[in-house]
Amino acid sequence: MKFSNIKYLILRRFTQFGLLFLYFAGNFWGWSILQGDISTSMLFNKVPLSDPFALLQIFASGAVVGANVLIGALIISLFYGIIGGRAFCSWVCPVNLITDAAAWLRRKLLIDKIERKLWISRNIRYYMIIIVLITSAISGLAAFEILSPITILNRNIIFGVGSGLGLIAAIFLFDLFVVKNGWCGHICPLGGVYSIIGKYSIFRVKHTSENCTLCMKCKEVCPESQVLHMIGKKSINVNDIECTNCGRCIDVCDDDALEFSIGKYITENKKKESK
Amino acid sequence: MGEKEKKHITPRRRFFTDMAHHIGLGTMGVMLLGGYATKAKSSPLTLRPPAAIPENDFLKTCIKCGLCAEACVNRPQNLTRDGKRKDEFGTLKMAKANDNVTVGTPFFTPRDTPCYMCEDIPCVPACPTEALDITKVTNPKTNELDIRKMDMGVAVVDVHSCIAFWGLQCDACYRACPLLDEAIKLQYNRNSRTGKHAFLEPVVNPDVCTGCGLCEKACVTEKPAIFVLPKDVAQGKVGDHYVKGWDKKDQQRVGDRNEKDITTHDDRSKKKPLDYLNSNQLGL
Repeated sequence: MKFSNIKYLILRRFTQFGLLFLYFAGNFWGWSILQGDISTSMLFNKVPLSDPFALLQIFASGAVVGANVLIGALIISLFYGIIGGRAFCSWVCPVNLITDAAAWLRRKLLIDKIERKLWISRNIRYYMIIIVLITSAISGLAAFEILSPITILNRNIIFGVGSGLGLIAAIFLFDLFVVKNGWCGHICPLGGVYSIIGKYSIFRVKHTSENCTLCMKCKEVCPESQVLHMIGKKSINVNDIECTNCGRCIDVCDDDALEFSIGKYITENKKKESK
Repeated sequence: MGEKEKKHITPRRRFFTDMAHHIGLGTMGVMLLGGYATKAKSSPLTLRPPAAIPENDFLKTCIKCGLCAEACVNRPQNLTRDGKRKDEFGTLKMAKANDNVTVGTPFFTPRDTPCYMCEDIPCVPACPTEALDITKVTNPKTNELDIRKMDMGVAVVDVHSCIAFWGLQCDACYRACPLLDEAIKLQYNRNSRTGKHAFLEPVVNPDVCTGCGLCEKACVTEKPAIFVLPKDVAQGKVGDHYVKGWDKKDQQRVGDRNEKDITTHDDRSKKKPLDYLNSNQLGL
């Protein structure tokens, strides 16, 4: 395997584990680089970073919060909204490690080839957002935060292992044996929120169909394979909001048909206008 | 037999069926999640960090980030000169699924690790959502943090298992209390069993006690005979019917009470007592 085939994968794992390590060190050794957890962190004791969905749930439950969280959610929304797109899911979220492992094992065990396929809609995540907000309003409790495997796994790593890991195991098994990319690609409402936030972000995967040999390796590894509908057909950016910018498609492509592009989304639009 | 006519679905029919489908699934989702959410609330015995707002609001507002717990375990007072920790795990813990506390919210268990009532209260300013409300522990006159205004709970003594009430000399809780001789006082009573000794009974003043739990940690009995409960659980409430006539402040307490008629009304009270005597119901 060439390095270029795992470049972004290594970068991504480095980011994910690096962030988890900084969180852990923030609690265990009191490092002030990154403290808190994935729902709200403090960067260098000064810059707040907050999960916009957690804040939405708090609002839905009818509570008033301090300014720090508002600023934090704004910073995160602006970052992913302008630059990252849905990059949170593949570059930050710890559950991605679990579901990627399940997807990898699924490919190795050829489960897709032997399993009777169960189809569930990829839009469940958007309904989940609404369901979570309504439930938060009724129960007076941030409804996703009490069972979110993302923060539960995150806290298990930061504050010491306790119960709750069963939920993580359940998600692993669900992704492995029930639905391919079941959690991250279908159900998780946080993924839905970041999809919506990142709609107009500038960081995109770009396809050059002239180079494509239609080997379809990219579609095989893509956790949201429906976003790669242009493969071998049109030379455009992957503009679907569910693309997590994980870069696996770029890694596995041996024909230089896929690459990251910054700002090309804008130039593309300008070209259209000038035509 | 003729072939059955194929059912034709009009666009309008499809629209309504789709709507019903989505609303039905949505309702199912809300009910499942809502059912779990009502179960997920904390036990009423949960002790929250200092300056926590009332439990219902706290559950809404806490974003479960753990910054308070991190500020607690990494507080300067918890470090020895070599930079090592005295207490490996701070007072505040983030609830796990089996703690009987809403997952991810901070709480403490005094028998394991009590609150040491740090002068600078590091956990409270760390809160980004103001679920820990710093104004609750700020002295309004001096604008400084005041540990006396903490209110995690109140200590309660089980006089049957407290050995001081047996007549043995033990003042472990009294000595451990950071508000010495204020939150816990020793009450002297004659020990009539021996005729020559005294009982030194610990008595908690709930107006002063902050619920830090240092007494619970210090208690010598196998299961502590003095323990901290949330004030909601441990304290009663007099209401407006009774006023300390000798206390001007207590008059203020009921000053804004509902001034409506507060006499009892039932079937009996409709008649005047005198009518009752004259009605010959007594069979005289």
